[in-house]
Amino acid sequence: MEADLAATIASHPKYRELKAKRTAFGWWLTLAMLVVYFGFILLVAFNKPFLSQRLGDGVMTIGIPIGFGVIVFTVIITAFYVRRANSEFDTLTDAIRKAVLK
Amino acid sequence: MSRNLSTSTRQLLTLAALGAVSFTAWSAGADLGQAVKQATNWTAIGMFGVFVIFTLFITKWAASKTKSASDFYTAGGGITGFQNGLAIAGDYMSAASFLGISAAVMASGFDGLIFSIGFLVGWPVITFLMAERLRNLGKFTFADVAAFRFEQTPVRVFAASGTLVVVAFYLIAQMVGAGQLIKLLFGLEYWIAVVIVGALMMVYVLFGGMTATTWVQIIKAVMLLGGATFMALSVLWHFGFSPEAMFASAVKIKTDLALKDGKVAEAAATIGQSIMGPGNFVKDPISAISFGMALMFGTAGLPHILMRFFTVPSAKAARTSVMWATGWIGYFYLLTFIIGFGAITFVLTNPQFLDAKGGLLGGGNMAAIHLSNAVGGNVFLGFISAVAFATILAVVAGLTLSGASAVSHDIYATVVKKGQADSKSELGVSRITTVVLGVVAVALGIAFEKQNIAFMVSLAFAIAASANFPVLFMSVLWKDCTTRGAVIGGFLGLISSVALTVVSPSVWEVTLGNPKGSALFPYASPALFSMTIAFVGIWLFSILDNSARAKKDRAGFLAQQIRSETGIGASGASGH
Repeated sequence: MEADLAATIASHPKYRELKAKRTAFGWWLTLAMLVVYFGFILLVAFNKPFLSQRLGDGVMTIGIPIGFGVIVFTVIITAFYVRRANSEFDTLTDAIRKAVLK
Repeated sequence: MSRNLSTSTRQLLTLAALGAVSFTAWSAGADLGQAVKQATNWTAIGMFGVFVIFTLFITKWAASKTKSASDFYTAGGGITGFQNGLAIAGDYMSAASFLGISAAVMASGFDGLIFSIGFLVGWPVITFLMAERLRNLGKFTFADVAAFRFEQTPVRVFAASGTLVVVAFYLIAQMVGAGQLIKLLFGLEYWIAVVIVGALMMVYVLFGGMTATTWVQIIKAVMLLGGATFMALSVLWHFGFSPEAMFASAVKIKTDLALKDGKVAEAAATIGQSIMGPGNFVKDPISAISFGMALMFGTAGLPHILMRFFTVPSAKAARTSVMWATGWIGYFYLLTFIIGFGAITFVLTNPQFLDAKGGLLGGGNMAAIHLSNAVGGNVFLGFISAVAFATILAVVAGLTLSGASAVSHDIYATVVKKGQADSKSELGVSRITTVVLGVVAVALGIAFEKQNIAFMVSLAFAIAASANFPVLFMSVLWKDCTTRGAVIGGFLGLISSVALTVVSPSVWEVTLGNPKGSALFPYASPALFSMTIAFVGIWLFSILDNSARAKKDRAGFLAQQIRSETGIGASGASGH
């Protein structure tokens, strides 16, 4: 990529918007995933009785829905990112492309 | 069962490897010594034969489409997001995940779930930070991305080393596991099984390149997901789709087994209920965090997985493929949990599947295999056995392809030929490397037959997390990263992760036979330390770097960033 094209894109408002939005979105979701996963691991490491406590009268413990919840959360947060990226971010990218590559 | 419980910690740590093969050594350590050869299972062999013939036809078709280096490495970049998602799942869901985790759930319940979660959580990180940037910057290998704005030779040499080391450990583990598994499932001799796996993998990769590998992975993923779904539904159906009934039955069986073992009623009830919560898997928090980091970030540094992002035509397709892959893999891990609990009810109570001492026939990892017999009879048993074999084949084909690409694209075409290699000679080098890797893999697979290879996959994940991932991450996202910083930091991560693994208990004491307690590094995984070393190394040697090259490296960041964010300048669907 030529330096002047790079400079043109870098100063384009749509590119700034895309970069700001996507960077923030990506890092917030990464942080959320880290908190959920390492939160789970720390619970396993430090508070086993909490995860082993029973729900109601049966054998079901709180740990099972939490564990399943982490798996489901992982899948949903991924789909959440991809949905927004494939619509909003790609629209912005296309706009930038149109604006700079005439 | 008390023996299983008391050894479950060690078993699970070994399984931590998560590789296709770790489960074999894992059970071997517990009770078998080596997998016991079973009677020849003709149904399974027949089913597997059908799979092989079908995939060979696909390879023949793929071969007619594999004309250039680009076809070989990335199937010409023409795989759709959905197809690639399935192929990634097929590349990633190993026999260890299927047999090992369902067996771990059967033995220890909840602890098995901790592994499943660890193997899954790397995917969102790949999605948010890597997938589209990889697609926008790279062409054939992850080294294309890591070396984008840097001096090619040193970064490529590092990336090829990282790739080959990860591939080698992963591949040996797969080959040994394949041999043990096939001996168990099909009743073939160990060496024959290893040669068959090596030969088939060479045929797929050699003639069909990425196109054949992709389709083998897709077919395997569909078979594995279909088979596992059927098993899980059969189990749930038996309990009227009530999870509580399924768990209650498992707890009761575990309690009864403990009573039979001579435990008093109260202790037996505690043992029974213990499968519903975390057990002894995580002993100290440092190991837990370190292990979690190896799994999470190792996934984002596995060369054969990263390579799959170059097979799709656009960043959008790259994102779509990780979304599908994460969905399928997550779904699969939910199924393995149900399968493990189903095995407690259907397998542990059925004398047909047990030996005289109450252990599983054929070893602890046979839980899912016996369950398939219990819910679907001999034909379904044959199907699941064939799926397990296909699973290994799909994983080793992906590994071999990424190893061959590192040699032909990164070393031959870029370092030796300075980017001037023609597609034909590059393709030739890929094919020669494929044969060499195949032969080496078979030889090492046979040489390591009696070794405890369980640590190898955990090592592969730890190296991927400590060498490949930090370099990729910093080169793409940190402006001030330089060639020198990336190479020195990357090699520090590579060396420290290998060294710390060698002096950790699982290798120093278990594999090398040194006395207990003599290991210098007390934790289960090196990742927490070796990743820190790598990141600090990259940072330190980059900021201290005032060379002319460093100025060039930093000046190149803006153009790289724009291309990684927008794809402008990246090769399109046909531009490969």
